[in-house]
Amino acid sequence: MRSLAGTGRLLALGLRRSRIMLVVWVYALVAYAASTAYGFKTLYDTPASLRDFVAGINGNGAAVAMYGRIHVAGSIGGITAWRMAATGGLLVGVMSVLLVIRHTRGDEEAGRLELVGAGVVGRRAPLTAGLLVGVVANVALAVVTALALIIIGLPAAGAFATGLAWTIPGLCFTAVAGVAAQVAETAQAARTIALAAVGVAYLLRAVGDAGRVAWLPWVTPIGWAEQVRAFGAERWWVVALGPVAALVLGVAAYALVERRDLGAGLLAARTGPAGATPYLGGPLGLAWRLQRGALLAWLAGFAVYGAAVGGILKGIGDLVKDSSSMRDILARMGGRQDLEDSYAAAMMGIIGMIAAAYAVQVVLRMRAEETAQRLEPLLAAPVRRVRWSIGHLLFAVAGPVLLLAVAGLTAGLADGLRVHDLGGQVPRLLGAALVQAPAAWVAAAIAMLLFGAAPRLAPAAWGVLGVFLLLGQLGPVLRLSQVVMDLSPFTHVPKLPGGEASATPLLALAAVTAAITAAGLTGLRRRDIG
Amino acid sequence: MTDAISVSGLVKTFGRTRALDGLDLTVRPGEVHGFLGPNGSGKSTTIRILLGLLRADAGTARLLGGDPWRDVTTLHRRLAYVPGDVVLWPNLTGGEVIDLLGRLRGGHDPDRKAELLERFELDPKKKGRAYSKGNRQKVALVAAFASDVELLILDEPTSGLDPLMEEVFQRCVEEERERGRTVLLSSHILSEVEALCDRVSIIRRGRTVESGTLAELRHLTRTSITAELASPPDGLTTLPGVHDPDVQGTRVRLEVDTDRLDEVLRHLTRAGVRSLTSTPPTLEQLFLRHYEDEAPAGMTR
Repeated sequence: MRSLAGTGRLLALGLRRSRIMLVVWVYALVAYAASTAYGFKTLYDTPASLRDFVAGINGNGAAVAMYGRIHVAGSIGGITAWRMAATGGLLVGVMSVLLVIRHTRGDEEAGRLELVGAGVVGRRAPLTAGLLVGVVANVALAVVTALALIIIGLPAAGAFATGLAWTIPGLCFTAVAGVAAQVAETAQAARTIALAAVGVAYLLRAVGDAGRVAWLPWVTPIGWAEQVRAFGAERWWVVALGPVAALVLGVAAYALVERRDLGAGLLAARTGPAGATPYLGGPLGLAWRLQRGALLAWLAGFAVYGAAVGGILKGIGDLVKDSSSMRDILARMGGRQDLEDSYAAAMMGIIGMIAAAYAVQVVLRMRAEETAQRLEPLLAAPVRRVRWSIGHLLFAVAGPVLLLAVAGLTAGLADGLRVHDLGGQVPRLLGAALVQAPAAWVAAAIAMLLFGAAPRLAPAAWGVLGVFLLLGQLGPVLRLSQVVMDLSPFTHVPKLPGGEASATPLLALAAVTAAITAAGLTGLRRRDIG
Repeated sequence: MTDAISVSGLVKTFGRTRALDGLDLTVRPGEVHGFLGPNGSGKSTTIRILLGLLRADAGTARLLGGDPWRDVTTLHRRLAYVPGDVVLWPNLTGGEVIDLLGRLRGGHDPDRKAELLERFELDPKKKGRAYSKGNRQKVALVAAFASDVELLILDEPTSGLDPLMEEVFQRCVEEERERGRTVLLSSHILSEVEALCDRVSIIRRGRTVESGTLAELRHLTRTSITAELASPPDGLTTLPGVHDPDVQGTRVRLEVDTDRLDEVLRHLTRAGVRSLTSTPPTLEQLFLRHYEDEAPAGMTR
């Protein structure tokens, strides 16, 4: 097989280049599975509470659409596998797509493939190596997940079935990404195509599960993951569907490789306007062009997430009423109102964290512009650094407000329609979402301070956000002391809806934001660029 | 009239590396000034200080009579810059980038833009990610030449251009000179510098080792001489300024410091000259003289 010459070396290179990304993905997904299993184990420790939980979920259309239907009802393992199949399958699909595109079309577009392609590398080797990176990631993920679940005390067969169920969407979308990398001429376009396939698979499954269309989940790899029925009577043959479908798609990808030139794709890159519109005349116009695509995608995501949260709100009390520890945790996260309100407040806290992630990403975009040397030509024009920075900072300030408003609105609409109180629930949940904005700003301001004063450390802003997330999610479970909890800006956000609304902490957070941002801008003005 | 660029004793360190070590550079108004040096010698660092992107650790830098670190916006209105490695925004077209950079400097003439696009044979409708290295450089060149400024700072602007486009570039620089504009051309393509520059500064390891007109600099280097004589020469090899002499009977090959040429020719004529070839020093030789102990692999003619 001369066309595969060099595959081993390329695979080793790919695994080395992505080692951090691989470890982070596997770690995050294993932690998701393990913490879910552990949480369920502590929350539903009696058969009665477990039964109520299952009945509550399967009776709630929005929850079924989001997570799928619970098929294996009688055990902690069963509901863990249920929770992992659809949402986890979605994430595993995203991981596979990002990895494979990075090592196929991404390398090709950047010209790195040309560099290695001139060496002893067969025609099919780069694609094979890229696909193998995805396969390695999925196999490692399946094994580590299974081991983690066994350590928590779940039966070994079910644990392996849960891990292997993830390889179904994992391998399928590895192959889908392999095809997309041949079809599109740019990594961006290839990612869009493959991620759209992941999204469609998740949605078809959601429609099938919620609408009780029995055959629909069988059409998509994420649906297959649900059909493994881990911890019940495991259907091992379903696990084989993943590699089989991946093989079929893989053959298509190889056929495309044979028919195209290096650098070319089936879909040629689109051309654009020969001149700029009047809006693209300064730093703000440029920031809008660079940030708008991501903002629109995030807005869509927040709209869906808000609707999902709002949709499962009614009746959430029945799900947790028999679990005293769950009630306790919700009260600590969301305040001591009635259960539905404290659940909504806890969910809004999570949405606020996600909005903060958006804001941090907006700020770090500036660092990316700097290291890519796209900042230099702008600053060589009559553009002051602070003016350039403010163009992006506007998105970090207005973006979270907009995102939270959309999520609050869709949550209010979804819940209001179900409880027949639109006029009441829309403003309540809208307000509950919007109070998160100042906390998200603080995270963005910290990112700005790092970017301005210690640019090499700018990615540490993600670490800071991670600490806030841990404090917010684990703090209530671990009963951390209030002094530690107060370190996170999200601790200071009023627990709405239902809790006491107060403007003082919000104004304080806004003032902290302004002070930290000003320090960051001063650092940016004084330091070397590049 | 004040100098367009006047730099003296410039020092810049990055951690332990001393990128600039007392660099001097003077560019007079209206001249095309070649800024020569191998990779890593400090050309780009100097330019970044002149653009106010980096702050110098010591020394002075004046640009168009102002302070490059403090007077950023007023100075940048009067200059255009082409980086050595042009990176474009992946989702903006070349035409959009040219318009954006032009508008940041207060707008440019659309006719001039169209003319330059045609001369450089650049398709402005492609997205940034679809351009080759040479075409990305053309985008930056068109943006710079289309703007109405006093000073052009070009940092290795032609490293990705083919010979035809190199030709177009040289003509554009000539036109800029005729319009009275000042150009700082950092390069290691010596033929380009020889063809375009009024004066050159050669830098090495963050210091200026040579500065002046090409004629002045040539004077400092060696001329190669090959001669067929009537009788074997006498005492030629021991003359001051003679290098690598190779005398085989009446055939002589040698290199001589150009300011010692007189003495050598007098010696040759005394022996009777039958044929004589003399080659003046090229810029390449000039250049290599300063870098004999460094790898000359980066130099191209």
